[in-house]
Amino acid sequence: MVDPQLIWIAFFAPLVACVLITLFFLSSKATSSLIAISGILISFICSCIVFTQIFQNNPPAQLQQSLTWIHIDALTINFGFLMNPLAIMMLLIVTGVGSAIFIYSRGYMDEDPGSPRFFAFLSLFAFSMIGIVLSNNFIQLFIFWELVGLSSYLLIGFWYAKPSAADAGVKAFMVNRLSDFGFLCGIILLWSLSDTGAGRSFQFTELMPVIAHIDPHMLTIVGLLLFCGVVGKSAQIPLHVWLIDAMEGPTPVSALIHAATMVAAGIYLLARTFFIFEPSATALGVIAYTGAITSLMAAILAIAENDIKRILAYSTLSQLGLMVMALGLGGPVQGMYHLTTHAFFKALLFLGAGSVIYALHHEQNIWNMHGLLKKMPVTGITFLIGTLALCGIFPLSGFWSKDGILALAYTHDTMLYLIAATASGFTAFYMGRLFFVAFWPDAPAAHQGDHAHEIHESPAVMTLPLIFLAILAAIGGFIGIPHYLSPQEAPEALNMQVAVISSIVAVLGLGFAFIIYGRRTSADPLASILGSFYAVLQNKFYFDIVYGWYVDNIQQNIALFLSRFEKEFIVRIFVGGVTNLARNGGKTFRYLQNGLVQFYALIFILGAVLLFLILVKTL
Amino acid sequence: MITLGNYLALSGIIFAVGLVGVMTSRNVLKVLLSLELLLAASNLSFVAFSKFNGDYAGQLIVFFVILVAAAEVAIGLAIIVLMYRRLSTIQADDLKVMKW
Repeated sequence: MVDPQLIWIAFFAPLVACVLITLFFLSSKATSSLIAISGILISFICSCIVFTQIFQNNPPAQLQQSLTWIHIDALTINFGFLMNPLAIMMLLIVTGVGSAIFIYSRGYMDEDPGSPRFFAFLSLFAFSMIGIVLSNNFIQLFIFWELVGLSSYLLIGFWYAKPSAADAGVKAFMVNRLSDFGFLCGIILLWSLSDTGAGRSFQFTELMPVIAHIDPHMLTIVGLLLFCGVVGKSAQIPLHVWLIDAMEGPTPVSALIHAATMVAAGIYLLARTFFIFEPSATALGVIAYTGAITSLMAAILAIAENDIKRILAYSTLSQLGLMVMALGLGGPVQGMYHLTTHAFFKALLFLGAGSVIYALHHEQNIWNMHGLLKKMPVTGITFLIGTLALCGIFPLSGFWSKDGILALAYTHDTMLYLIAATASGFTAFYMGRLFFVAFWPDAPAAHQGDHAHEIHESPAVMTLPLIFLAILAAIGGFIGIPHYLSPQEAPEALNMQVAVISSIVAVLGLGFAFIIYGRRTSADPLASILGSFYAVLQNKFYFDIVYGWYVDNIQQNIALFLSRFEKEFIVRIFVGGVTNLARNGGKTFRYLQNGLVQFYALIFILGAVLLFLILVKTL
Repeated sequence: MITLGNYLALSGIIFAVGLVGVMTSRNVLKVLLSLELLLAASNLSFVAFSKFNGDYAGQLIVFFVILVAAAEVAIGLAIIVLMYRRLSTIQADDLKVMKW
C-alpha cells in the first residue's frame, strides 16, 4: 500500500526548507545549511519508504492523486502526482544524489558569505526537480520545467559579481527559453489533438489511450516540438552551448545540474511520455541522430579542453547524447538506466573536481594540477572510480548501462552504433587525459608549484559524499536498476560481442591517453599532433561564434527594425494620434468658453428647448 | 370664467419676459430680477395646477421654490455687491475673468 502523504511530504519538504531559509535564516550560515540538508533528506527518506511500498506489490503499484487547480469550461488543469516505478527511480536519484551534494556543499560553500542564499536556491532547485518528476500532467510539468530553468539561472549566476558567471546564467536561461517555446507549442498542440469524444486533457494517464487515435503526421510534429524542450534542457545539439558556460557556477551546482537533475529532466520527460514518441518513426529517428551527433561532437570537443569542470561538462553532453539516442532507438529502460548510473558517477566526478578546486584555491586548469592522487588519496581514488565507470570499464556501473545502449544501437542501426562506439573511445581518451594530467604521480619535483605542500585532503563533510557516490558508481550495475525500471520485462542478457568491443575501445582510449600524457609535460602535446584542427576544437566548432554573429548581425537588425517600427509607427501614429486628438479638440472647443455668462445662459436655454422639442416629438 | 389655460398662458408670458430679460439685460441686477420673474412664472403654474387638480402638492412645492428664491436673491445680491466693489461695475459683459 503506497502512502500518498509520504509523497506529498517528499514533494514539498525542499520548498519548506527554501521558504524557511529565505524568511528567517538568510544571515545564519550553519542553520541555513542544516535546514536545506534536512529538507532534502526528509524527501530522500520518504522516497525510500515509498520505493519499498511500491515494490511490495507485484506488479508494482501505480498511484495518482490530483486536485483540480483551474477549471474553465473545457479546460481543466490539475495539480497532482503520478507515482510509478519510473518516477520513484528518478525521485530516488534526485533526492539521493541531491542529498550527497547538499551535504558536500556545506563543506564547499563554507567560506562563502552568501551560502544561506545558496542553500535557499539549492532547495528551490530540488523542489522544482521533484515537481518535474512527480507531475501528472503537462501544464504542471511545464511550470516546474520553467522553475528548474529559473533556479538554474540563479545558481549558475550565483557569483553574480563575476561578469562571466552572470552572463552564463543569462545564456542558460535564454537558450532554455528558446527551447521551451517549442515545448509549450507541443503541449498545446497535443492538448488540442487529444479530443476523441471524452474531452481534451493534459494528463499523462488520460492521454495514453488517446494517442492511437491521433493522426500520425500530427503526432510526429507534436513529438518533435516536445523534443525541442528536451534539446534545450538536456543540452543537445544545437542548443548545447549553455551547458559549458554553466560551469561558471559553484561546483556543487555543476554536480547537481549535470548529474542528477536538470539535464536529466529532458531524458526523463522522453521516458515518461515515451508513448507519445513511440508511434512516430520519424520523430524517433530525429531524436536518435540528434543524440548520437551530440555525443560524438561533445566527446571530440572534450579532448582539447583544459578546464577540469568543462571537460566534465563535455562528458555530460556526450553521455546525455547517448541517453537521448537510446530513447530514440526505442529503449527508455536503457536510457534511464544509463541516466541513473551516470547520475552516480558524474556527480562523483564533479564533486571530486570540486574537492580538487577547493584544495587548490579555485584553480581549474588541469595543467596546473599534478600528482593529486598522492596528496588527496580519497578524492583521487574516488575520482579514479568515477573515471573508470564513465569509460565503461568492467565491472563498474557505467559498463553495464552503456553496454545496454550500445547493444541496442548495434541491433537497430549500425551507423548509430559506430558513432556511439567512437564517442565512447573518445570518452575514454579524454577522461584518461584528465586523470593522467591531474592525478597521476609524476617524476619528483619537476614542476612542483610553490604551494604544492599546502595541498591536502578536503574535510570529511566533502569526502563522505564522495565515498557514498563512489560505492554507488562501483556497484550500480549489480543492484537491478533495469528490473526496477521495467518490472514486467525480463532483463536483457549481456551482448557479449558488443561488450567485448566496447571494452577494447575503452582500454584503447585510456591506453592512448597514457602514452601521450603518462609522462609529465608542461603543455598539451595534442596541440602539435592535431595541428590546425586543435584550434577548431578550442573554438568549440565555432558554435558560439556563429550564434554570436547571428545575434549581432541578423537578430539585432530585426530587433532594431521592430523597435523603430514601434517608435515611428505605433507610438507616433496611434499613441501620438490619440493625444493629438485630445489636444486639438481641446484647442478648438475652448473658444466656447468665452466668459460671457449670458452666452452660457443662451446655450443652456437652447439646449432646454431642444430637449423639450425632442420630448414633445416622442410623446 | 378663468380656465387653467388662462393661468398657464399668463405664466408662459411671464416666463418668456423673464427669459428675454435674462438674456438681453447687461445689468446683472436686472438679470437677477428677470430670474425672479422666471421663478414667479413657474410658481404661478404650480398653483394653478394645484387649484384645478384639487390637491396641495403644487402649493407645497411653491413654498420650496420661494425658499430657494429667497436664498438665491441673498447670495446673488451679495455677489453683485462684491463684484461692484472689485470691478466698480455691474455690467455682465465685464465679467470675463473665467474666459479661456
